[in-house]
Amino acid sequence: MNLTHMSAGLALSAALGTTAFAEDLKIGMVVTLSGPPAALGQQIVDGFQLALDEKGGMLGGQKVELIVEDDELKPDVALLKATSLVERDEVDFVVGTVFSNMLAAIFKPIVQSETFLISPNAGPSTFAGKNCNPYFFATSYQNNQNAEVSGMIANAQGFESIFAMVPNYQAGRDNMDGFKQTFEGTVTDEVFTPLGHQDFSAELARISTSDADALFTFMPGGMGVRLVKQFDNAGLSENMKFMSVFTTDETTLPGQQDAAVGFLAAGTWAPDMPNEANTAFVAAFEAKYGYIPGSYAMQAYDTASLIDSAVAKTGGDVSDKDAVRAALKEADFTSLRGDFAFNNNHYPVQDFQMLNVVKREDGKFHTSFVSTIVEDYADSFHQDCEM
Amino acid sequence: MSLSLFLILCLNGLQYGVLLFLIAAGLTLVFGVMGFINLAHGVQYMVGAYLAFAYVQLTGSFMLAVFLSLGTALVFGLLLEYLVFRHLYGRSHLDQVLATFGIIIFLNELAKVLFGPATLTIAPPDFLSGSIQLTETLRYPVYRFATIVAGLAVALGLFFIVSYTRIGMLIRAGATTPEMVSALGVNIQRLFMIVFGVGAMLAGFAGVIAAPIFAIEPGMGDNILIVAFVVIIIGGIGSIGGAFVAALLVGLIDTLGRSLATTALSVVFDASFANQVGPALASMLIYILMATILVVRPKGLLPAKGVAP
Amino acid sequence: MTDRSLILSGVLFALLLAAPVLLPLIGESYLLGLIIKAMLLAIAAISLDLLIGHGGMVSLGHAAFVGIGAYTAAIGLENGVENILVLLAMTLAMTGLVALVTGILALRTSGVYFLMITLAFGQMIYFTLTSLAAYGGDDGLTLWSLATLFGSDVVQSGSGLYFVVLGTLFVTWLGIYRISRSRFGRVLRAARDNPERAEVMGYPITRYRLIAYLIAAMIAGVSGLLLVQHAEFVSPALAAWQRSGDLIVVVVLGGLGTRNGAILGAFFIVIVEEVLGAIIHEWRLIYGPLLVLMVLFAKGGLSDLLDFKSSRGTAP
Repeated sequence: MNLTHMSAGLALSAALGTTAFAEDLKIGMVVTLSGPPAALGQQIVDGFQLALDEKGGMLGGQKVELIVEDDELKPDVALLKATSLVERDEVDFVVGTVFSNMLAAIFKPIVQSETFLISPNAGPSTFAGKNCNPYFFATSYQNNQNAEVSGMIANAQGFESIFAMVPNYQAGRDNMDGFKQTFEGTVTDEVFTPLGHQDFSAELARISTSDADALFTFMPGGMGVRLVKQFDNAGLSENMKFMSVFTTDETTLPGQQDAAVGFLAAGTWAPDMPNEANTAFVAAFEAKYGYIPGSYAMQAYDTASLIDSAVAKTGGDVSDKDAVRAALKEADFTSLRGDFAFNNNHYPVQDFQMLNVVKREDGKFHTSFVSTIVEDYADSFHQDCEM
Repeated sequence: MSLSLFLILCLNGLQYGVLLFLIAAGLTLVFGVMGFINLAHGVQYMVGAYLAFAYVQLTGSFMLAVFLSLGTALVFGLLLEYLVFRHLYGRSHLDQVLATFGIIIFLNELAKVLFGPATLTIAPPDFLSGSIQLTETLRYPVYRFATIVAGLAVALGLFFIVSYTRIGMLIRAGATTPEMVSALGVNIQRLFMIVFGVGAMLAGFAGVIAAPIFAIEPGMGDNILIVAFVVIIIGGIGSIGGAFVAALLVGLIDTLGRSLATTALSVVFDASFANQVGPALASMLIYILMATILVVRPKGLLPAKGVAP
Repeated sequence: MTDRSLILSGVLFALLLAAPVLLPLIGESYLLGLIIKAMLLAIAAISLDLLIGHGGMVSLGHAAFVGIGAYTAAIGLENGVENILVLLAMTLAMTGLVALVTGILALRTSGVYFLMITLAFGQMIYFTLTSLAAYGGDDGLTLWSLATLFGSDVVQSGSGLYFVVLGTLFVTWLGIYRISRSRFGRVLRAARDNPERAEVMGYPITRYRLIAYLIAAMIAGVSGLLLVQHAEFVSPALAAWQRSGDLIVVVVLGGLGTRNGAILGAFFIVIVEEVLGAIIHEWRLIYGPLLVLMVLFAKGGLSDLLDFKSSRGTAP
């Protein structure tokens, strides 16, 4: 018994992959399920799974075998998991990642093996311009965009000085650059904190002595929970506005609660976006998982819908890569956000909104749609992409 | 930089230092008295934090959870001693490293299985929430003050026990000449067990009081263990007083460095360079300190008298 | 010296030599990647065994040299140096230089203090790597072009790289074994067992130890260089203290100062991780206690388990 298991382990699933489940569509998923940002990865898994369940475990008429891997937010671990997905499990699609630095780590082995890589969240500038790739798609946004829209919001709100703070990694730097690109006032301080930062008291001390009108930040996951609570605890909410991207969202609000009410955010979507597909999605998601979905779950759901549409178009045959790519590019699915199209660089062209945090009647918190800031907004790197 | 900012950084450094001391105290005694390298000591810190989380869920009371966690951490430490560590006292340091490394791997994974890989948090008790107005623009959370006070109280108590009680005398004697203590008819095995249990409890206590401030997650003890080792080397192996001084020193340097290194560098270099190099330099400071001390004063700042080299 | 450990070495290397031919037959090229990984681990572990097993110098910063080797290669590649022999020379020079500076300081201490000071240097190197913003910083760096041998990609592709790594492993294994049997090795062990006596006998033991430290660091650097060719990615995690700890585990598990210990330890860990990982997702729940049991019940490491008539001369 043990021996057969062990030899199966040694021979691994390559043999299985080529025979027993030859008809199945194999989808590998690399997301962060450990540490402070684990909730983000969980939303992606849940959002994708919901779409899968609604379609009876099939995408494009093919039975799906989903393999979920945790990148532990370590580039080397992400690379290892991604390599084994394409080499050992021989998957047809890889869906990942949450964080841009994880995407950078897994990018090469996946696209070089001519496997489609679809990012349900990370959208670094790195692969949007001249390094765009025929095997890579992003269903989320380009990292700079939300921050660029934040800059527009700050202008609209009449903020003259901003204290900007982001984690010291690719997406953090992208957000900082994006914000500075559109914001017309002065940025008093630019602070870079380590990724996964726990204790913001030193930064908060700097913020409180900065005299800025507002704080702009990007602190996804657990970092955002800590920052908002410590911000509120230090009594800064009274003197200063808090505006952010991916900091006060449905993954962090259960932890932040009242401390975040009224905080501003930029995004493509909120759970109360008025469209039919979205209303049904939010209701089904809450019924199944017991929490309000955030943009991560929404993007994962859209990713599943995208794969569904593409595989259906090719009649279930995913071996013709050019046909699959053309079908993906059409983006012929109903996005929960409303209008959705791919640009030449395989990043989305979509509307961006101003959101704020509200408390629902049942005591739960979520972001709420306020107004559309910019329509059909494309990223500023696609001109450099030769696709 | 304003004075109030400096003050808040010092308080944070003090608080981190106190936490480090609670972990390092047990580590330095176990190392000094028994000559035992216990890598799994950091795991006791994690165990303390998870116990606090579990007991808060169970009882709904933070204070009750603190006491229950302390008791459980003690029992857990004694159990580990009985099952594994006891059999390793006579073995080489490398065997001890390997075995305790195995325990780390097991317990980190167990925490992940039992509580999930995601970060958990617990709220500080109501009477310790909120913040104190320090200056016109600055407030400091009450809970952090409380951890500093609690940590200092434990340090004082420990110092008293080691300096003025019979058991403390035996511990000090056991650190230098275990055979002699044994020859005097003292049950050295039981002494070891007590030292070990108390050390585990202190590390657990550190985990408990850290739980509302920092994230509770699998592997949270690994990095703090390394810093605790730095502390006991700087302070001198086996020396409680040394561990205390070194813990505060390391806590302050690390906290001040993290906040000020970038600023200091940006005076000389341009901002983006300072932002890149600053955090790395800040993280390095305590290791630079330890390496310097090892080169200049190899036995640490306040070495325990007569600990075997 | 026709002991069993030599037979075991022969079997091991014969298996490794035959693997690229045999494995594709059962349709499994993924395993070749795993074996390369294990061999790279073994190379670094063999070099560490020279320090720990023979020299009694327990370093908790050895992975830093793997990191330096990998980053030297990566930075060279990013700046247009493509010839693997040039990169090798750069790697050896860089690791040697860093080892010389840190070694002179670290060797002023011994025992557990040596362990801690090497940890300190390892951490400094680790944090230095995280600050290399131009080369990825914390995130690491994907290498889009790899080293060549005078323009040939033989040192990149699967089986070509496999034999390069295997060859390096063999040379390292043989070289360290020769060194350990030489006068140099005997002095190193004498200094480990009784430093005062060795000193009195007129051996400049610090110089001997420094040379051993340099050799070990440079070999670790070479494993880093080859790692770049295999993983096509570098990150500061290569130099993290946990990696240094893993190397110690490999060496102790395999058997200190034994002929095949480091190789056995490396393959044991890679195989256990893969096999246990395929059976149960929470494989560490088994792996952890396994390590404890190995310490408690298999005192001489894996070499002793596989070589019940120990070559180290225990009385019959």
